Amino acid sequence: MTQSAEMRKQGRNDQLLDAVASSKRPSPPNAFNSSVTFASRALLRIKHIPEQLFDVTVFPIIFLLMFTYLFGGAIAGSTSDYLQFLLPGILVMTVAQITMYTGIDLNNDIRKGIFDRFRTLPIWLPSALIGSLLVDAVRYTMASSIMIILGLILGFRPDGGFIGILGSVALLLIFCFSLSWVWTTLGLIMRSEKSLMMVSMTVLFPLTFVSNVFVDPETLPSWLQGFVDINPISLLVAAVRGLMHGGVTGAQVGWVLLASLIFIVIFAPMTMYLYRNKK
Amino acid sequence: MSDKNQIRQTTMAIEAKGLVKVFGKHRAVDGVDLSIPQGTVYGFLGPNGAGKTTTIRMLATLLQPDAGEALIFGHDLNSETEEIKSRISLTGQYASIDEDLTGIENLVLIARLMGYPRRQAKNRAYELLSAFNLEDASKRQVKNYSGGMRRRIDIAASIVVTPDLLFLDEPTTGLDPRSRNQVWDIIRTLVSAGTTVLLTTQYLEEADQLADRIAVINQGKIIAEGTSSELKSSVGTGTLNVTLVDPQEREKAIDVLASKLAVSIHPASDPASLTAQVADPSLGAEALGELAKENIDVSTFSLGQPSLDEVFLTLTGQPMDEKEEEEVKP
Repeated sequence: MTQSAEMRKQGRNDQLLDAVASSKRPSPPNAFNSSVTFASRALLRIKHIPEQLFDVTVFPIIFLLMFTYLFGGAIAGSTSDYLQFLLPGILVMTVAQITMYTGIDLNNDIRKGIFDRFRTLPIWLPSALIGSLLVDAVRYTMASSIMIILGLILGFRPDGGFIGILGSVALLLIFCFSLSWVWTTLGLIMRSEKSLMMVSMTVLFPLTFVSNVFVDPETLPSWLQGFVDINPISLLVAAVRGLMHGGVTGAQVGWVLLASLIFIVIFAPMTMYLYRNKK
Repeated sequence: MSDKNQIRQTTMAIEAKGLVKVFGKHRAVDGVDLSIPQGTVYGFLGPNGAGKTTTIRMLATLLQPDAGEALIFGHDLNSETEEIKSRISLTGQYASIDEDLTGIENLVLIARLMGYPRRQAKNRAYELLSAFNLEDASKRQVKNYSGGMRRRIDIAASIVVTPDLLFLDEPTTGLDPRSRNQVWDIIRTLVSAGTTVLLTTQYLEEADQLADRIAVINQGKIIAEGTSSELKSSVGTGTLNVTLVDPQEREKAIDVLASKLAVSIHPASDPASLTAQVADPSLGAEALGELAKENIDVSTFSLGQPSLDEVFLTLTGQPMDEKEEEEVKP
């Protein structure tokens, strides 16, 4: 018996020796292939932990229903009037808020060992982040579709039509992709998921609520209006409203693109610097 | 092939001089020199917080040294990290795999990131799973693996492309003896295929079993270096183990030896056994003679080299397991 166990062990060692000896060294993947591979990892994670999709399915539904029926009567006199005003804003707010999970995922990878493994691979390092941001874009599209379809059922009637909706979702995705780099930077700096959540919330709550999402800024005290006017979320909401209801101006879209560019120019290099030099 | 052999003869796997890493005021690594020939196993032995992990992370390009320099296969650690990355692999102290993914998904992921085309990545992954005896678990999420399986998949991920240099940070910490032996077998097989291994361990036995050379590291400094037997003989004392036929006679035997040899004798946990530290091996023979004179029957008698535990004690003045220090988190 011990002899056969011994033989089995020997067999396995031989097999291992073969596996080790037969390994060739393929040439490292290009940036596109490694990004796609990281994206497939993110998709596999969704497959194994489908609860991850809660934030892009259940949240948007709850947010839209809650704010439409809670504020509709008080602010606009009727829920269906308010929905026309609210939907573009609540869409931006919801999707902007779920961008912060990008940072949380990265933070989790760092605290587990896999981050170290990725950093020792001969790959173009940003692909690890770009891969997950690609899948995030799918998640944001999902959240947007759910909200817009639910909105249409509830009586949302955009004058901009289908093209307007497509344009607004595209602009939203560009903005969220850019905003995500803020969270990846924070995800690399903060030590724990808890502190990261806290900081992210502290940034996101004022940014999304103190904006033109719920109310016309005209009704606000002037000192607050000053902040609302330059709040990038307000700029995005204005452009999305314009695209959905018609009457968008080039300047509105331009401001959003400029804000996105600023986020990327500052936070993408900062993320990559921290990624490379993480202790 | 002959080309490769030539390089192997002439280049060291690791050549480091004066590596330093400081965290705040704590000098985690304080001037480490290393010279590790290719194809050997080098053991880093030391307690928690000694600087083992920090040194490995620097050599694996994960952490920038604050001072000092190192060549990995002749490539400069500061300026040629891409060259180095393509030849090394790291299995960290914490599982360096995605625990939410299955075993096969993890290996395919790494294989793809190494540059294997889809089909070949899958073949390679299955080849490794079978070599590591993990086929049955290939479709289970890694978080449901046992400790030993987790370690094996982690090492498998490190050799998807056989590295020239493999860093193993405490590869068997927390494993049961059977899993530990499996990991040891894997390491020996890798080395027989030509991979150089740098491993850290807190276990003296592990360093003794696997490493060609051992560096004893304490408070960021290498305090001794050599083969296991060199380290042991540098300490100079040996251990005398005696087991008596009749446990009743132990008291008497202790008295006899203590008075004749003038060394301290310790009763062992086995009621019929005792041990003594002797500086001079010739005292061993004398001890046997004294016991015979007193008609005390001896069933086993051995004179061994000092254990690495004793080496550590001699070098640092403190036993290893009491040297617990605050682990410096990288």
